[in-house]
Amino acid sequence: MSHLNARYMRRKLVNKLTLSIATATVIFALFFLVWILWTLFAHGFSYINIGVFTKMTPPPGSSGGLLNAIVGSLYMVAAATAIGTPVGILAGTYLAEYGKTGWLAPTTRFINDILLSAPSIVIGLFVYEVAVHHVGHFSGWAGSLALSLIVIPVVVRTTENMLQLVPSSLREAAAALGAPYWKVVTNVVYRSARAGIMTGLLLAVARISGETAPLLFTALNNQFWSSDMSHPISSLAVVIFQFAMSPYEDWQHLAWAGALIITLFVLTLNILARTVLRPGQESS
Amino acid sequence: MDTQNKHLGAILDRLFRRTTMFFAFLVFILLFGIILTLFIGSLPALKAFGPSFFTSPAWNPVDVQFGGLVPIYGTIITSFIAMLIGIPVSFGVAIFITELSPAWLKRPIGVAIELLAGIPSIIYGMWGLFVFAPFFADNCQPWINDHMGNLPLIGEIFQGPAMGIGMLTAGIILAIMVIPFTSSVMRDVFEIVPGMLKESAYGLGSTTWEVVWNVVLPYTKTGVVGGIMLGLGRALGETMAVTFVIGNAHELSSSLLMPGNTISSALANEFTEAVGDVYTSSLITLGLTLFVITFIVLALAKLLLIRLAKREGTQS
Amino acid sequence: MSIETPTPKITTTNLNFYYGKFRALKDINLSIPASQVTAFIGPSGCGKSTLLRTFNRMYELYPKLRVEGQILIDGHDIHDAKQDLNLLRAKVGMVFQKPTPFPMSIYDNVAYGIKLYENLSKVEMDERIEWALQKAAIWTEVKDKLHQSGSGLSGGQQQRLCIARCVAVKPNVLLLDEPCSALDPISTARIEELVHELKSDYTIVIVTHNMQQAARVSDYTAYMYLGELIEFAETEKIFTNPSRKETEDYITGKFG
Repeated sequence: MSHLNARYMRRKLVNKLTLSIATATVIFALFFLVWILWTLFAHGFSYINIGVFTKMTPPPGSSGGLLNAIVGSLYMVAAATAIGTPVGILAGTYLAEYGKTGWLAPTTRFINDILLSAPSIVIGLFVYEVAVHHVGHFSGWAGSLALSLIVIPVVVRTTENMLQLVPSSLREAAAALGAPYWKVVTNVVYRSARAGIMTGLLLAVARISGETAPLLFTALNNQFWSSDMSHPISSLAVVIFQFAMSPYEDWQHLAWAGALIITLFVLTLNILARTVLRPGQESS
Repeated sequence: MDTQNKHLGAILDRLFRRTTMFFAFLVFILLFGIILTLFIGSLPALKAFGPSFFTSPAWNPVDVQFGGLVPIYGTIITSFIAMLIGIPVSFGVAIFITELSPAWLKRPIGVAIELLAGIPSIIYGMWGLFVFAPFFADNCQPWINDHMGNLPLIGEIFQGPAMGIGMLTAGIILAIMVIPFTSSVMRDVFEIVPGMLKESAYGLGSTTWEVVWNVVLPYTKTGVVGGIMLGLGRALGETMAVTFVIGNAHELSSSLLMPGNTISSALANEFTEAVGDVYTSSLITLGLTLFVITFIVLALAKLLLIRLAKREGTQS
Repeated sequence: MSIETPTPKITTTNLNFYYGKFRALKDINLSIPASQVTAFIGPSGCGKSTLLRTFNRMYELYPKLRVEGQILIDGHDIHDAKQDLNLLRAKVGMVFQKPTPFPMSIYDNVAYGIKLYENLSKVEMDERIEWALQKAAIWTEVKDKLHQSGSGLSGGQQQRLCIARCVAVKPNVLLLDEPCSALDPISTARIEELVHELKSDYTIVIVTHNMQQAARVSDYTAYMYLGELIEFAETEKIFTNPSRKETEDYITGKFG
């Protein structure tokens, strides 16, 4: 009996120890979250002022803002979303609605999942080769194209998942009324999967809003006001990178302000997507 | 009239199907497009240096001598450090959420971990450069130097100046970035373990840890490995967070405290400034290498996760 | 309500069970006799499985589930603060609706529970495993493939393996929660035979939705309905001469 007790005590000790470590890992992860956010707010808020939103990016040593960068980012994110959404939704529709037979759907699904986590800098490199190198100059369109290639896999994945959640009885009911299949999909299936697809879209926008790597050698940067997408255009993320890495304090301050803006934007989209538009979790 | 309508419906049906198929095909060929394009872009460098490109530590734009060893080594080492820290932490987080957390705490912790995943990588980079690196240099590196620098065999990798930046710092920041991805996959696969199976283990008098270690983990093995590979894929390809703190030095150093380089940060730092075909092409070759490595890792991750899902499907 | 029984093994007093606000068991007073087979019968949702799962406090794995009242096993209150939960569960074995082989070899499945509490030599362990597999009447079928995965067995074999796994820890109570619901008739017959053989060493409580099964294997039967214990008596009496109208209706199939 005594050896049983010793053994049992040891097991309980191991249990307590490992579970405490598991709890500690959560605290470890949350600690960094708090640390990063706290740093960001502490630095960011002290450098945010009205000028940040109304002035252009300055040369070193003078005051300025981030207006052209913010606008450039908005342009490119909007263009990338506009390109990526229809492509993603249609491809996702194929996978969900017609993908039950043949080799294309399973293979594409697999490739899409890989593209979903492919290094974004390689996407930038690819777009540089096809849309910058041959054209001869950097452009906002190239930047948008690179971002859209990041949007597409996200939209494909969510569209497919959300369409699959739509019960087949709904499709059958619509088809039984005599609707051709394309109408069944566009009128009925899309409609009931709308909230879910919107969630995916918001998450995709959140993701590309903070992307820096694919823009470095596609949109490049532009220190001045530019809304011409066929020329180099500035973006918040690239400006933050450039300014933060610079030795000039003014620039570093603007980088912190920009970092706060971009993070608030991205996290707001994330939270919005996951709470307001949360797809019917009960149905899944 | 009626038959005409039917006819039109059939045509539109086919058109819609073809259109969706076309876009699916577009996604399909995108992968091959990327590989092919990068391969063509790397030809000048591959012609100039041959396979020795991958084993040469040279990186000299003036003499036009390039080799990929330093950034490839740096990519692998930083990712290895990230995994060394990230895997146990992710495992702990997943255990906490699935087995320990009170019900009301599950969602807030889940959201917090998602926030960690949502923070743009450039923010990790800035925080790393301005906050973590100085903190690390002042508080951790001296200790590491004193206590681990003298160890036999491995001591050398912990020696070096307390600069804050370097491969160890980059690896730690990557670990923090990988945790949300890996832990959420682990949590998802832990949750598919049938309750009855866990109950049987509890029914024999197992402790929570024993249930996790002896039943949950073996049951979800492939999924857990898949999650780890997914995190590894992220770590290998991450650019901005690493670029800020890696130090961008093309030198092979045995110490983790020394600056180094990774493929992605070499690209981020040098690509737009690269002059000449061979220089540019060498960088593209690095990009292709990165893509191929991550492709293999992610493909393995996917295959493992699919295998687990299939097994699930046949059992239930 | 209570009747004369030989030495009670498990006794419940005013046992109530709540799923959140829903009261799933209502004032259950029951004495389960030692070394006998007791069956719980009743329509789905009557609380028979819930009652079973209070005996090893399995419900505590889940939030918002709560017990009121007393459960004594061998005269000890299982909710006593001094009662160790894991030791309780080692003493009270449980088999589930579906076979639950752990993802490991047949040998390791059986060895798993033993290793939790005992430090046996290789020889002793081999003997114990053979003994447990013999007890569960599966030894001859698996003795040549002990190191293959447990999930490769048929459903009925898996269920007997789970019984062996329970028996190996030498519990004194066996809880069987619809152990045959996922099995074919032949496997079911083997399990029933097994229950019969095991009862000399264990107090067995079996939940079943199958009345014939209750009649075949049990010595005592409890009929439950909507969380209440309607009637508890010798199986023979329940099936031939129930004292309550509700029980009779259920037994004779008048009940929906």
